[in-house]
Amino acid sequence: MTGRRDQAETARLKESDAEIFARLDSAVFRRFGRYLVPYVRAVSIATVAVVVFTLTSLAVPILVKVGLDDAIVPGNLPLLYVIAGALGAVAVLHWASMYVQRLIIQRVGQDVLYDIRRDMFVQLQRLSMSFTDRTPIGGLMSRVFGDVGALQEMLETTVEAMGDILLLFGIVVVMLVFDWRLGLMTLSVLPLLTLIRVFWQPFARRAFLRMRRNASIVGSYLDQNVSGIRVVQAMNREPVNRGIMGGKVSDLFWSNVSGSKLGAMLMPTVDLLTGVALAIVIIVGGSMVLGGGLEVGTMVLFLLFVQRFFEPIRSLTMHYSVLQRAVAAGHRIFELLDLPLEVADRPGAQPIGEVNPSVEFDHVVFGYDPAKPVIHDVSFRVEPGQTAAIVGPTGGGKTSLTALAHRFYDVQQGRVLIGGRDVRTVTQASLGSIMSMVLQEPFLFSKSVFENVRYNTRQATRADVERACRIIGAHDFIARLPEGYDTVLEQRGSNLSVGQRQLLSFARALVADPKILILDEATANIDSYTELIIQDALRKLLQGRTALVIAHRLSTIRNADTIIVVDRGRIVDRGTHDELVARGGLYAQLWRMNYASFDDLRGDLEKGVVAAASTT
Amino acid sequence: MIHGARLPGAGRQLTDDYFARQHGAGARTIWRITRMALRYRWHFALAIAVTLIGASFFLWIPRLLGQGVDQAFTLIQEGSADPAAVRSLLLRTAIVIVIASALRGTFGFLQMFLGETLGQRVAAELRMRFFDKLQALSFSFHDNVHTGNLMSRGISDIEGVRMFVQQGLVRSVYVVVVVVASAALIVAIDWQLALVSLSFIPFVAYRSARLRLELRRYWLRVQELLGALSTTVQENLAGTRVVRAFAAQSYEERKFTREARNVQRLMLDALAIQAQGGSVMSFAFLVAWALILWLGGVRVVNGSMTVGELTQVLAFMAVMQFPVRMIPFIVNSVARAHSAGGRVLEVLDQTPAIADRPGAGPLAVGEGVVRFDSVAFSYGTVAALRNVTFEVRPDRAIGIVGAPGSGKSTIANLLPRFYDVTAGAITIDGVDIREVTVRSLRRAVGIVQQDPFLFDGTLRDNIAYGHPDATMEQIEAASRLAQVHDFIAGLPEGYQTEIGERGVGLSGGQRQRVALARTLLLDPPILIFDDSTSSVDAGTDQRIRQQLAAVAKGRTTITIAHRLSSLRQSDEILVMDAGEIVERGTHDGLMRRNGRYREIFELQRLQGSETTDAGAGGSLRPRAGGGEDVPGGGEEGQ
Repeated sequence: MTGRRDQAETARLKESDAEIFARLDSAVFRRFGRYLVPYVRAVSIATVAVVVFTLTSLAVPILVKVGLDDAIVPGNLPLLYVIAGALGAVAVLHWASMYVQRLIIQRVGQDVLYDIRRDMFVQLQRLSMSFTDRTPIGGLMSRVFGDVGALQEMLETTVEAMGDILLLFGIVVVMLVFDWRLGLMTLSVLPLLTLIRVFWQPFARRAFLRMRRNASIVGSYLDQNVSGIRVVQAMNREPVNRGIMGGKVSDLFWSNVSGSKLGAMLMPTVDLLTGVALAIVIIVGGSMVLGGGLEVGTMVLFLLFVQRFFEPIRSLTMHYSVLQRAVAAGHRIFELLDLPLEVADRPGAQPIGEVNPSVEFDHVVFGYDPAKPVIHDVSFRVEPGQTAAIVGPTGGGKTSLTALAHRFYDVQQGRVLIGGRDVRTVTQASLGSIMSMVLQEPFLFSKSVFENVRYNTRQATRADVERACRIIGAHDFIARLPEGYDTVLEQRGSNLSVGQRQLLSFARALVADPKILILDEATANIDSYTELIIQDALRKLLQGRTALVIAHRLSTIRNADTIIVVDRGRIVDRGTHDELVARGGLYAQLWRMNYASFDDLRGDLEKGVVAAASTT
Repeated sequence: MIHGARLPGAGRQLTDDYFARQHGAGARTIWRITRMALRYRWHFALAIAVTLIGASFFLWIPRLLGQGVDQAFTLIQEGSADPAAVRSLLLRTAIVIVIASALRGTFGFLQMFLGETLGQRVAAELRMRFFDKLQALSFSFHDNVHTGNLMSRGISDIEGVRMFVQQGLVRSVYVVVVVVASAALIVAIDWQLALVSLSFIPFVAYRSARLRLELRRYWLRVQELLGALSTTVQENLAGTRVVRAFAAQSYEERKFTREARNVQRLMLDALAIQAQGGSVMSFAFLVAWALILWLGGVRVVNGSMTVGELTQVLAFMAVMQFPVRMIPFIVNSVARAHSAGGRVLEVLDQTPAIADRPGAGPLAVGEGVVRFDSVAFSYGTVAALRNVTFEVRPDRAIGIVGAPGSGKSTIANLLPRFYDVTAGAITIDGVDIREVTVRSLRRAVGIVQQDPFLFDGTLRDNIAYGHPDATMEQIEAASRLAQVHDFIAGLPEGYQTEIGERGVGLSGGQRQRVALARTLLLDPPILIFDDSTSSVDAGTDQRIRQQLAAVAKGRTTITIAHRLSSLRQSDEILVMDAGEIVERGTHDGLMRRNGRYREIFELQRLQGSETTDAGAGGSLRPRAGGGEDVPGGGEEGQ
């Protein structure tokens, strides 16, 4: 676990207490506030409704007091009817304002939540690959769903809380108006309450944060186990995992318990202070009545109001844990939203437009960690329509090169040029539209075959998709599926073989009809049958396109126009197959060694196997 | 990942449809959750007791206040009062009220704390049971239910149940007690006025019931849509490379937006219903106030009631205000728990398709003879295997080849009982594998899959996955066998290197070799290689095979491969087609037969992609001798 947290650290999504305490709650609320800006009109209507609602709430006890003192006691029945009628009218107003207030606040709240969730999603699309590679999906899911859910919970109680706060102010005003001395004395307990809260808050906040974090850890672990269930069962690992999960659930439970304890702790304080305030009214107010300085009715009103006054404080206290949870969730949400975008469109970036699709690397230096470059001063050029094979040992930087061509990352030095234009000066979307990538591990979505093949080429018709599948050789097996192209794939296409999945991802690239194609060991998982089908398809796919191919199989490499041999982030050799073999360098040795790929070269090189072999 | 023979017909029920047939059984959900909470007998009893005491203090304070103030003013109004006596009366009232408030606060604290921890205990238990169930459910379940769907059940739905236990269950006791007690006290004062003042209760009760039913429908739908949304997000994150490779961000955003909008709209409808219900209840309550003031006032004027009595009725109405305000929330939490709890219980109610038979004993592997006896299998209605019969012994390794979808992987999945055969039987040393415990069977059978899942964690943790206590020596030995030790040792952090989700950072071949080491570490007497080195280059594959030859001695091995050279060590090769064995024999025998096998052989030779294979055309049998340190060295003469 600690390891995973370290990784999250490197991805700059910190979950440490220190980080959180450096910021203030108010910052989180300000951020929420910014989300409210588009809804100013709705918010102002809601505010009016809240005010009306509060006034009606305050009017009820006052009307009752007037009814008792002025109508019932003197026996003034007509006035009684008027007052009862007024109370009925207040009830109607109360109802209407409450309805409007709740409806609008909830609607705005839902809109804001939607906006936040959408922003998070958009942010996740834009963040650099190094972030996405290293951050567990389960943890991100818990932010997008769990934390936004906590905000949701807050919203449901906010409606109540807002009314409560306003009511509080109204009561203070009424008390001060009726008798400011007694009013002030009653309110004298408030500073005490504030003091206690100030002391309590840091503890509570830490507890609530811990709760959220433990919840996210439990979520991540659950996610891992569901995804890897086949391995878990094959390896009889269930009891071990049960123990680990038990530990995490128990951590979550205990952090929840301490959160509850802190949340509930304000209850007795508020109640005690209510009692004290009541006692003040009784003793001081009573003495004032005795001394003739206060009317009896006013004192009764005070007693009624003191109770109503602390009631909202009580319910605010009950909602406080919800609020704190929401603040903690807000921190986690804004942390994600605040991650800087390493790769973003420059201001004034242009669409790449119609270009001659050449790919050029010009003295490129790049490292995932700028201090540790993995690509050192790499320069090469692939002419339009040509295929360049990149070969070399694993970890040599092959995949980094293809990622740079697609601008998944930005170079530290030098330039990457597509059609002669620096990739940083064009929009990412336009860059993506002329390039496609087929990855070693085909990824399919839980959609129909048609949707998967068409994917982002929205204008592709059924006929286009079918044609592509026929060319690739996937049509036959698709046609055999129960619903053909409309068959919905199971989770990540698990109802297809790896080879079939790869064929679909080839078809996907063909439908996209890119000018530049990048293949990242895309044929590694394909069996001999499929290989036969695909060799021809691959030729068709590469025809007329510029291609960067990280090659696994010698057959693919041999057909390339140029072969670039990469080792330890540098180009160590380049040329055609025949040239390279004739030159007798690393490539020739590899080729003579009959390696079908160069994955495992590093170890052998170090053991001197290659050297030994080359001498024979 | 299961693939191969799996035809998608087996998985038409993708997500919630899978559970659809069980939706009717949800009526008992609330009761079942309540029973779970009731199992914490003392905790529950204490929470209720504390709630009752808290409620009585809640009722007692207004009464104390009313009485004390009443007495004092009676004294004042009589005019004969000694100010000192009045003062001491007031002081006494004040002190009692402070004490009562402190007590009320303490019990309020206990009530809240006990209520919440009860909810958390139920949630923790549910989380564990959910987890256990997911671990126990067999492949056929997981094939059909999406991870995102299970995650949303395991996270937000359990949260919904927790909210119900703490809000719905414990607090509803409080609300009922306060409302009933206040009502009783009002009835004691004047039953006719009580009828008027309590007239709002049936109305509120009716509205609550209606509200609950309406909300339940909505919540169910909201949760389903949220499940779909979380699937979308999950796949987006897992497939982020594809998304970026196709610059499909805006497409993905549109997809997300559409689904998130759906959730939001439905949510708004549910909230509108809730707002309506809540405000109507408040309205009914205030109308009751007006009625009391009117009717009670008339009665006071008539002289049939005192002002004090009317004041007390009004005071109790005030007491009821807060609980009445809470009713819509409670109703909502019940409605939500009904759907959320239902979705959790649906999973908990699944019975694993594969389980130990009663009286199943552990498997004792003696000789290690595995027999498939007229085995047939189908995924749902799609037949995957027909009449498959063969025998594997430690001294007779079996290799299986065939086109994708021909049933190779199905054979691999049947032996460890990931699925049960539809007809026929699989035996180990003559014992039907359904007669022994699943655990002992899986310990005896090691399987290496083609598309292995690696977990977040270090390489060491991943290799030691099935044997967490393994020593470093054992782990290194297994890694050497799998030809992955040199690679790992060359990494800056060696075995402590972290690998991320789905092992990003390792190539397919490296991941396969880590998975191979993971299985070899378990040292099982029966080994299945399910195309387990397909992404490993031919040279390394050769070295792995040579190393394994030593390991395989005395073990029962089944090797499934599309690369014929991987089957060199097999004594018998089965050629599969459309779920049946169409040819069998040794390499030489099959070559002579000029059939399917020969066809595949020629195919691979023609492709020339795997020069090792082509070059080794004449030496498909185990090579004689050969330096172990210089693998492939004998073949370099190309």
